[in-house]
Amino acid sequence: MEENKIGFKVVIIGGSAGSLEVLMKVLPRLTPISKFAVVFVLHRKSAEDSTLEELIAMKTVIPVKQVEDKTPLLPGFIYVAPSDYHLLFETHHQLSLDTSEKINYSRPSIDVSFESAAEVYGPQLTGILLSGANSDGTNGLKVIKQQGGTVVIQDPATAEMPYMPRTALENVTPDFVLGVEDLLQFINNIK
Amino acid sequence: MVNDRQLEVLINDVYEYHGFDFGGYSRASLKRRVDRLIQLDGFPDFTVFLSRVRSDAAYFKHMVEEITVNVTEMFRDPHFYKVLREEILPILATKPFIRFWHAGCATGEEVYSMAILLKEANLLHKSLLYATDINPLVLDTAKKGIFQLRMIKSYSENYMASGGKNDFSQYYTANYGLAKFSEDLSEKMVFSLHNLVSDGSFNEFDIILCRNVLIYFDKDLQERALQLFDDSLSKLGYLALGTKETIKFSSMQDRYEQIHKEKIWKKIK
Repeated sequence: MEENKIGFKVVIIGGSAGSLEVLMKVLPRLTPISKFAVVFVLHRKSAEDSTLEELIAMKTVIPVKQVEDKTPLLPGFIYVAPSDYHLLFETHHQLSLDTSEKINYSRPSIDVSFESAAEVYGPQLTGILLSGANSDGTNGLKVIKQQGGTVVIQDPATAEMPYMPRTALENVTPDFVLGVEDLLQFINNIK
Repeated sequence: MVNDRQLEVLINDVYEYHGFDFGGYSRASLKRRVDRLIQLDGFPDFTVFLSRVRSDAAYFKHMVEEITVNVTEMFRDPHFYKVLREEILPILATKPFIRFWHAGCATGEEVYSMAILLKEANLLHKSLLYATDINPLVLDTAKKGIFQLRMIKSYSENYMASGGKNDFSQYYTANYGLAKFSEDLSEKMVFSLHNLVSDGSFNEFDIILCRNVLIYFDKDLQERALQLFDDSLSKLGYLALGTKETIKFSSMQDRYEQIHKEKIWKKIK
């Protein structure tokens, strides 16, 4: 289909312990996103409930789409990786799910989503890595960088759990290192 | 990492040399599995890997075993089992004989979970559980009913969350880090090879469970598999899928009725 050829930007925000606090500050002040899609990949308990989706939806004016297998990815919406599945990106703007082995003790794994999206979206992809106590995300950011995408890492000094952003900083040269307030401005300025 | 073009070459060659069709598999996941395999088996590059796959039938068999995702657990999504226990089994219980099909059963944890439910509902004696997979290696594990003991704590928690009231340890014996499930549970199980891509219907069932298998297929292959399930389900039979899978966009949707908001559909026409 013709529409499938029209590219749009994708922003994936990955985080673990301490990242929800960042989102609770950022989400209420996000302006509507008509030109790009935002995907959250957060480490979460492996229960089948949708508490995280509901919490995120309550805090933002941007509509949150439920992710199921082969859900189309569209600009203007927020998507949240469901618990106990890896979230992958197909060509033609489709999301798919995978229950294969945990990566970095995590499912969803941030690396898995970063790597998969980087191959499909290349320079159109921005990966943002937030607070966490685990090294998930670093390898994925490397791939985003290799594929010409934008790498943003939360300033470890502002992170409740600095291990995750610090590990990333030691291994990848970021385009931006941002505190919470600057992160908000960064997202609101994506065109 | 393999690129899109290499992945298509692999799919094509596997079909040509071995008659095995991965063409309907979701590319994003398949690509990850191929990358993982190339890395695990230490191939220097894709070309070397491809020539091994083409020329070495034993290696190809190994590839199929490794590429398919075999991660499963007992009582995964306890709420699903609670609904089976409380709402579906009491209806099936009125039948003189109940046929189950676990399609894509991997190492069989879900089949043993079902057998436990049936035993507790006093239905196991009149049930038959067919369990199929394309991977012969995982079927061997499933037949033995031997699982890692370190997983048992979480299985036992899942079991209780699903409404289980017994002491879970009565169902297995523990030894050397392994838990062997009782042969009472497996005596009504029939394991066999079956490929959802190329094989047809082989029986009529009262309930078909295929959870977290269709996620590895593209839309067209999903439609084929759903059609196969439809052909294999008795009227008023049930189809159960994974928590993020649906029949919503398939052509059979209007002949099925969803049970509440569960991923369980009843065939009504």
